[in-house]
Amino acid sequence: MTEVQRRRPVRTRAPVVLLVPALVGLAFLVLPLVGLIARTPWGSLGERLADPAVIAALRLSLFTATVATVVCLVLGVPLAWVLARVPFRGRRVVRALVTVPLVLPPVVGGVALFLALGRRGLVGAWLYEATGYSLPFTTTGVIVAEAFVAMPFLVISVEGALRAADTRYEEAAATLGAGGWMTFRRVTLPLVAPGVAAGSVLCWARALGEFGATITFAGNFPGRTQTMPLAVYLALETDPSAAIVLSLVLLVVCVAILALLRERWVGAL
Amino acid sequence: MTLLSASLGVRRGAFSLSADLDVAAGEVVALLGPNGAGKSTALRALAGLLSLDTGVITVDGVAWDVPASDVFVPARSRSVGVVFQDYLLFPHLSALENVAFGLRTRGVAARDARVAAASWLDRFGLGSFAVRRPGRLSGGQAQRVALARALAPHPRLLLLDEPLAALDAATRQEVRASLRHHLASPERATVVVTHDPLDAMVLADRIVVLEAGQVTQTGTPVEITRFPRTDYIARLVGLNLYRGVGAGHVVTLPNGATVTCADSIDGPAFVAFAPSSVALHRTRPDGSPRNLWPATVTGLERHGDNVRVRLDGDVPMAADVTTAGAAALSLTLGAQVWAAVKATETQAYPGEPD
Repeated sequence: MTEVQRRRPVRTRAPVVLLVPALVGLAFLVLPLVGLIARTPWGSLGERLADPAVIAALRLSLFTATVATVVCLVLGVPLAWVLARVPFRGRRVVRALVTVPLVLPPVVGGVALFLALGRRGLVGAWLYEATGYSLPFTTTGVIVAEAFVAMPFLVISVEGALRAADTRYEEAAATLGAGGWMTFRRVTLPLVAPGVAAGSVLCWARALGEFGATITFAGNFPGRTQTMPLAVYLALETDPSAAIVLSLVLLVVCVAILALLRERWVGAL
Repeated sequence: MTLLSASLGVRRGAFSLSADLDVAAGEVVALLGPNGAGKSTALRALAGLLSLDTGVITVDGVAWDVPASDVFVPARSRSVGVVFQDYLLFPHLSALENVAFGLRTRGVAARDARVAAASWLDRFGLGSFAVRRPGRLSGGQAQRVALARALAPHPRLLLLDEPLAALDAATRQEVRASLRHHLASPERATVVVTHDPLDAMVLADRIVVLEAGQVTQTGTPVEITRFPRTDYIARLVGLNLYRGVGAGHVVTLPNGATVTCADSIDGPAFVAFAPSSVALHRTRPDGSPRNLWPATVTGLERHGDNVRVRLDGDVPMAADVTTAGAAALSLTLGAQVWAAVKATETQAYPGEPD
């Protein structure tokens, strides 16, 4: 008689050398969030949340981050497509240029934006002369600053998805009579949708958290350019528990969005 | 009437394709060849996914690709339908939307395109699968959807790339039989690219054999199977094939060995015989087989119910013996045997094309 053996999965035993730093790393990432939650003044939370200043900052943040993400989608997806599909000289240089805002300190980005789009800037002076409109210290300025900092996230994510996508589907579309735009719209874009979604989430989250470029380029005017991160920073100096509440709100919004999207689309993230 | 007239010249590094291909309206031609022969290159050139370096492609008198006069019609403007090897059905669209795709791109209104696509799916017995995504279709169903998608815009030229390769053996049998009657239509020319001789024989009216970028033989399936002209085809159809010079009933091979045939032939000649017509003996047999050659066993493998014996000698060949026969002869690698073939079992035919 053969003994019936129960099948047991073979466990991977993690080496201590890897396990210890892994746990320390996890703690390092989670501990600050725990601190935030532990110090939250739960008792006065409701009344603080109802503060019009908090609501104004939150509304401005959500609005500007969303518009900035739309701007990034409109400009960034075509840019990613060109980088992924059109061979041209200097493509590597362009690709490197696209990632510069990613590594550039945001404050420097804000200064650069100022020099380019400010009232006396490279393009800004011309814009001001032509229309009398000047971007800095406006809500539009906030959107510009956020889009500048966040766009590389979208471009890199979408370009990666495009390069990984099977281009033979595009050939199949061509044999079925589809031109370039039709192929892009009906075949390419749906195929890379998960990459676009993942890129949009990253882009949105980055825009929502933008601080340096925003405060440099758009200033800190409540209701107009004071986004949540700016409000948090300001509150920390005058009213620390207000800062905690604002931070908690940002945290909840981010986690909620991530949880909401992760299941559906953001497998690529 | 010749619908497709092509002379395909493509160079890619060391590889070069140089093949003429004419297909009449209503005709199905198989492009048969081993891997790397240039079949896919030919198909891509015909589809417009790759441009010719030299030559010409005209369909129904319209120039599609004439490098000499700078004419190139891109894939999207050709009246072509392609069934790709792994179908490439758009995974985000339903079966119906896949079939309607080629109609929509050509300006058919959405509703009309859906009606037309639905009737194509019905014709292929897929009416109830219209709303399914390709990921939820079986291999055979996906294959039919791909065919419907290619046919829906009524192309003048239909191209199929290894149409049965992605199917499992049982489904392949079934589809092979039904595919044949969907292919032929007087309105179009059809080219099937395949490395499977059975697919070529069942699906095509005419076979064009492509080896190393060159056409090595053209003919009906019967001609190709009975009178192979290259080792590749001989192996595919399971014949021993020799090239030599005929004089009366004797064909002399380049190494001096002779094969006696029932047919009388003079000049360059091919001789072919089936492995099953070879009789093996351990000792030199008495009697009068005309063809008797000493040989050494170099390989033994199962072949259906039989054992296929590879023999080396003046006339290298494959011979089929029954398993019992192989045991009785105690065949082992390196064994010395006598191989006998009756003259009436051989087939001799002219070595030069007519």
